Amino acid sequence: MTLAFRGDLSVAQVERDYPEIFAVSWRRRLIHGLSWGISLAMLLYGLVIFDFSPMRLWDGLGQLGMLVRFMVPPATEPALVWEFLKAIFETLAMAFIGTFFAALLAVPFAFLSARNVFRFRLGRFGIRRSMDFLRGVDQLVWALIFVRAVGLGPLAGVLAIIISDIGTLAKLFSESVEGCDRKPGEGVAASGGSTLQCTRFGILPQALPMFISSTLYMFESNVRSATILGIVGAGGIGYQLSERIRGHHWEEVATILILILVTVYLIDWVSGKIRGRLIEGE
Amino acid sequence: MSSQHEHAGSDAWQAFCALQQQARIEKHRVWILGGVVFLALFLTSAYLSHFSPGRIAEGLPKVHEYIGKILPELGVATFRQDMAYWFYAFPDWMVLLGETLLMAYVATLLGTFGAIVLGFVAARNVGPSRGSTILARRLLEVARTVPDLVYALIFVFAFGLGPLAGILAIAIHSMGASGKLFSEAIENIDLKPLDGLKAAGANWVQGMRFAVFPLVAPSLVSYSLWRFEINVRTATVMGIVGAGGIGQELITAIRMLYYSDISALILLIVISVSLTDMLCERIRHGFIGKENLS
Repeated sequence: MTLAFRGDLSVAQVERDYPEIFAVSWRRRLIHGLSWGISLAMLLYGLVIFDFSPMRLWDGLGQLGMLVRFMVPPATEPALVWEFLKAIFETLAMAFIGTFFAALLAVPFAFLSARNVFRFRLGRFGIRRSMDFLRGVDQLVWALIFVRAVGLGPLAGVLAIIISDIGTLAKLFSESVEGCDRKPGEGVAASGGSTLQCTRFGILPQALPMFISSTLYMFESNVRSATILGIVGAGGIGYQLSERIRGHHWEEVATILILILVTVYLIDWVSGKIRGRLIEGE
Repeated sequence: MSSQHEHAGSDAWQAFCALQQQARIEKHRVWILGGVVFLALFLTSAYLSHFSPGRIAEGLPKVHEYIGKILPELGVATFRQDMAYWFYAFPDWMVLLGETLLMAYVATLLGTFGAIVLGFVAARNVGPSRGSTILARRLLEVARTVPDLVYALIFVFAFGLGPLAGILAIAIHSMGASGKLFSEAIENIDLKPLDGLKAAGANWVQGMRFAVFPLVAPSLVSYSLWRFEINVRTATVMGIVGAGGIGQELITAIRMLYYSDISALILLIVISVSLTDMLCERIRHGFIGKENLS
């Protein structure tokens, strides 16, 4: 279909004369309508079977309001606060050690799952899927397993952090490795370097700052997640928190929550500073 | 080399050498200081978290032994019977998995809705007023800093055991996390369309809907899909504190020492998490268009 040239053309006129140009195709409409319909239907179905009745929500909110009233004022006995602080330090220590070893152990897996370093496709596939497996199981499930294996306490938490973070960090690291410029590596190869030397001198120097930056991000994230590992007995402040919630000591719960908030802010701030320095320094 | 020899005696060269030396010492000092601080932190942390080579050496064989226990015995000859025995409760588990995925879905939608509303208010460049912007930012901060499992523990008390508490917990946490990302996306947009609408007499809501929303919609979809992937993982553990989903079954299996159930459940969880990740990636590619990805 062609439009004859008309000097007096206006959009409204064209729209009136050739409605088919402006019409949205029925297929598009159908797909749109169907996807919206299915999404909404799923939401409604979920709300119904999970019993999101206004009555229940209202009752719950009332209960929640009561809990919040019990939380004020938060507990401030020095002995108690010191006990919580010790647990917070334990949490930070778990996150630190866990992140450090996870980063160390993730490096070889990252190189072996990067396309530009490890050419053996099947091996790469196997390693990537294993990393997906480590990442697919939630940290808390790993913690449950390690508590069964090595007993209650922070060691189980550290192991859980290490195992699940190897999966995450190996993926992040391998993405950084794949983003590297391959020319320095080619230079090393041209002057007679082995594959290992190409990786060490051609790729690692480019990837290292990104490795460190991802590791710091992971540390921040681990401080948050380490606060809940204690719920299953894997050390840290989570144990105190879940005990207090189970025992209805709401004013102590409030103190712990405030301490967690402050710690997380502080850690994010410090880690942001260090990251800024590193990126600026490069 | 020759130029170095020529200048070796000159004052300028010596001054340069001295400066270089000083810079080198300065750099070494920073490295040594950093190393000492790191070592101190490392040793303190290792002590506090009971992390020592001895304990690791003692623990790893136990981990190995435990994994050996939870793995099923599969024979080549009796493969079908063994699989049937391993996954004896397969239909029940699939129902629970469905419940878990639906929890994550509903929670992501509710959380995203809250995040959109608060994200507009919390964006520094388009927020309706300074006071409300600061309030919204603090609200989002608290919502994302408290871990979702902690919300779940509290909500189980307020709303009773079951998926409702889990969904609300995940929804609040993801509202905080996505709200921050949305407000950052909004802060990076071009304000000219909004100026145009304002000049034509649009109020705040109209301006947000017709000038700002279309600009951030693609990143919004992509964040929400990514959030859904995270929420599926979280929903699998909500059952540990009694907040619904397949986690309940898993923690029962772990507590009651139903060894082969543990591996079966973990396998099902990993498969469904991987499938959701793949599906979300597909949808994301469809939305963003392949050419913008590389």
